[in-house]
Amino acid sequence: MKSALNLRNVVVVLVIAGLVLLPVYSALTGKVFILTMFTRIIILALAAASLNLIMGYGGMMSFGHAAYLGIGGYAVGILAFEGTGSGFIQWPVALLASALFALVIGALSLRTRGVYFIMITLAFAQMAYYIASSLSRYGADDGLTIYKRSNFGGVVDLSNRTQFYYVCLACLLGGTYLIWRIVNSRFGLVVQGVRSNEQRMQAIGFNANRYRLVCFVISGTICGLAGALLANNTDFVSPAVMYWTRSGDLMVMVILGGMGTLFGPVIGAIVFLLLEELLSQVTEYWAMIMGPLLLLIVLFARGGIMGLLGRFSRG
Amino acid sequence: MAEPLLRVENLIKRFGGLVATDKLSMEVTPGELHAIIGPNGAGKTTLISQLTGQLVPDSGAIYFAGRDITNLPPYERSRLGLARSFQITSLLRDFTAADNVALAAQAHAGHSYRFWADARKEQPLREAARAALARVGLDKRADVPVSELSHGEQRELELAVALATKPQLLLLDEPMAGLGITESQRMVALLKELRKEVTIVLVEHDMEAVFALADRITVLVYGRVIASGKPDEIRSNEEVKRAYLGDQHAVTSQG
Amino acid sequence: MLVVVEQSLNGLQFGLLLFLLAAGLTLVFGIMDFVNLAHGSLYMMGAYFAATFVAWTGNFILGAVMALGATLLLGILLEFVALRHLYGRDHLDHVLATFGLILFFNDAVRLIWGPAGLALPLPAWLTVPVQLLPGVYYPAYRLSIIAVALLVAALLYVVVMRTRIGMLIRAGASNREMIGALGINIKLLFTLVFGLGAALAGLAGLMQAPILTVQIGMGENILILAFVIIVIGGIGSIRGAFMAAIFVGMIDTLGRAFLPDLLRKVLSSTAASTAAPALSSMLIYLLMAIVLVVRPEGLFPAAKR
Repeated sequence: MKSALNLRNVVVVLVIAGLVLLPVYSALTGKVFILTMFTRIIILALAAASLNLIMGYGGMMSFGHAAYLGIGGYAVGILAFEGTGSGFIQWPVALLASALFALVIGALSLRTRGVYFIMITLAFAQMAYYIASSLSRYGADDGLTIYKRSNFGGVVDLSNRTQFYYVCLACLLGGTYLIWRIVNSRFGLVVQGVRSNEQRMQAIGFNANRYRLVCFVISGTICGLAGALLANNTDFVSPAVMYWTRSGDLMVMVILGGMGTLFGPVIGAIVFLLLEELLSQVTEYWAMIMGPLLLLIVLFARGGIMGLLGRFSRG
Repeated sequence: MAEPLLRVENLIKRFGGLVATDKLSMEVTPGELHAIIGPNGAGKTTLISQLTGQLVPDSGAIYFAGRDITNLPPYERSRLGLARSFQITSLLRDFTAADNVALAAQAHAGHSYRFWADARKEQPLREAARAALARVGLDKRADVPVSELSHGEQRELELAVALATKPQLLLLDEPMAGLGITESQRMVALLKELRKEVTIVLVEHDMEAVFALADRITVLVYGRVIASGKPDEIRSNEEVKRAYLGDQHAVTSQG
Repeated sequence: MLVVVEQSLNGLQFGLLLFLLAAGLTLVFGIMDFVNLAHGSLYMMGAYFAATFVAWTGNFILGAVMALGATLLLGILLEFVALRHLYGRDHLDHVLATFGLILFFNDAVRLIWGPAGLALPLPAWLTVPVQLLPGVYYPAYRLSIIAVALLVAALLYVVVMRTRIGMLIRAGASNREMIGALGINIKLLFTLVFGLGAALAGLAGLMQAPILTVQIGMGENILILAFVIIVIGGIGSIRGAFMAAIFVGMIDTLGRAFLPDLLRKVLSSTAASTAAPALSSMLIYLLMAIVLVVRPEGLFPAAKR
């Protein structure tokens, strides 16, 4: 094993410390917007981390991951609308619905490979998008306002900004820890083995597709949690969170940070969303800069930010 | 004669108009080292792939230990004790040698739907991996990533991976391919040891190795069995001489 | 009955339009193994160019031809500057890089033409209804779209099946190493094919422009449809793209037209009006899912012999 004190790990520790201390900074300076902005960043980082589990470790290039953001969000929104405000019900339902969706589309999509897989996951996410657009009882295209955040009794108060922030951060760190355990477990090694050489894994006795599917479901479930958080954060859920460009954003975060690295997606989400924020302050046409920037990253910075950091620390 | 471990009956496989396996029947008895030889394009790898389940035959049947496995997927055949090595080295390149072997051991040690405990710290798996690596003389290289192993070492690792699945039958697809003289000699010595423990089907171009090792030899030409028997019988078989051994030099030099 | 004829023609017209888009995509995909999400942006650019040039010149045909040329040039430029460096890379890299291009094009359009959409008015001679059958009228413009698209499809067929360049294209789609082995200037061939694809996308965009508003993001939904088509048809197969495009165009149009009424017969009126739009949008994706489950490589896989 390499030394623990390399540039990568230093950056990761600093980022985590920064995230933990952020509410203090926000309270001291009175800059509330920083807290709201980072709440969103943390939630999307969780979504990106879940995508990284299948994309980076499992080799499954899903182009429909935003669907789970919507499913988790709609689970919370619809239950709230129908009068079930308890988070103890809303959140498990959000996770379960996401898991079920992942199970069904995974079982169908995993029959295909490569580009076909990218496209079929995209198609299924678009189906989810159109279903949401047609729910006229729940706002259809316009979306659904959530008047009360998930209620966790006396445990936490999600309408308190700081408490909500820490709930999100706990989910992110907990999710990342879970992914780390999974990746190094028996199951995780099999999934990575299948990514590396499916034929070989079949030959030594693994039912490759079954492992892929379970991994796909775990990833979708974690992203469903991010969806539930996101709906609580915006007090609103609409089909737009499932639009295919959102799935593209998540992919970009993963690649930007470094696919197949534990903290890559977190770093990627922070950099991507901060960049978006900064550029949109400079110019209304921020995407004109962001777009070519993506192109340059793909062309010249393979392995993402984590890859770059790794290269630096090796000298 | 003992009940055959592997029995192949009237196997047929076509690719478009080409018949790669033509009404092929053969038997492998427990404990023997059975070599399959034949000129390039004789359908040897196609046969192996059907035996292990990568390819599905158009018709015919394959029995392993008395059980019809014709339509089983590769992973289930592996669980029954059928292991293979690949002609073109097929390993997990970004994993270490020990990881490659440990995964093979893991496949046959309970289920792998364990999501929490660190698999690299499971002593039984690691020990099984070490043992298999030691068996092929790679124990010193356990923690080296596959991509940094030499070609010869990768061939040996292929064998270790197959061994770690505790097979009853080992299908070796040209284990000598691309090896130098000393490496080949090591491999022959290794196979001589292994054959005491496990039944082996060996596909190989290296005639010297085949005749030194095999109990029985089956000769394939254009997907058909033209002869099958003890090495001496094969050596003196007229049809084999005509069809195959006549241009042995051409074949082995392409090996 | 009249409605059925009209909607079927609409479906055919939409399907042919989708074919123009899908043909370029499937060629680029089949030959260069390149996933181009920005193909929809070229479609959008075709529409914007047309709206601009027609307004400048005051002549619909002239403006359209200029727009076609402009999209062709843009495609070649794009290939030359950026995309050719991505050949041979992972599909994921393609997806990301061209996703970036979509962001760029959308904002570039917003900067140049503003956020509001443009309209492309038709000349009077194209707006008259044409009597097809006694009592069946159909807009002249939509008929001319069908005619132009069929012409282009025929032309494409001749080029791909009968000419030397077409032979190379087909060879490339089924076996990429082969064109290299033939000693062809691959770089040039790739640029040409990409330019051709861009021009086809532009043509689809400029022809669709008078029917819909010209607006930002117009390329994205239709791009996904085009992807669905080439996936259904089998990547790299022009024939598959043609069949699948007509199929998808028909299903989409007819579904939107008749599904609400059909559902109303089974469901309550409110339930039907909720379910119908979703169901008709979903039909295509459902179709693709079914095709992929049954034939994971599409209906007409080009790579198979």
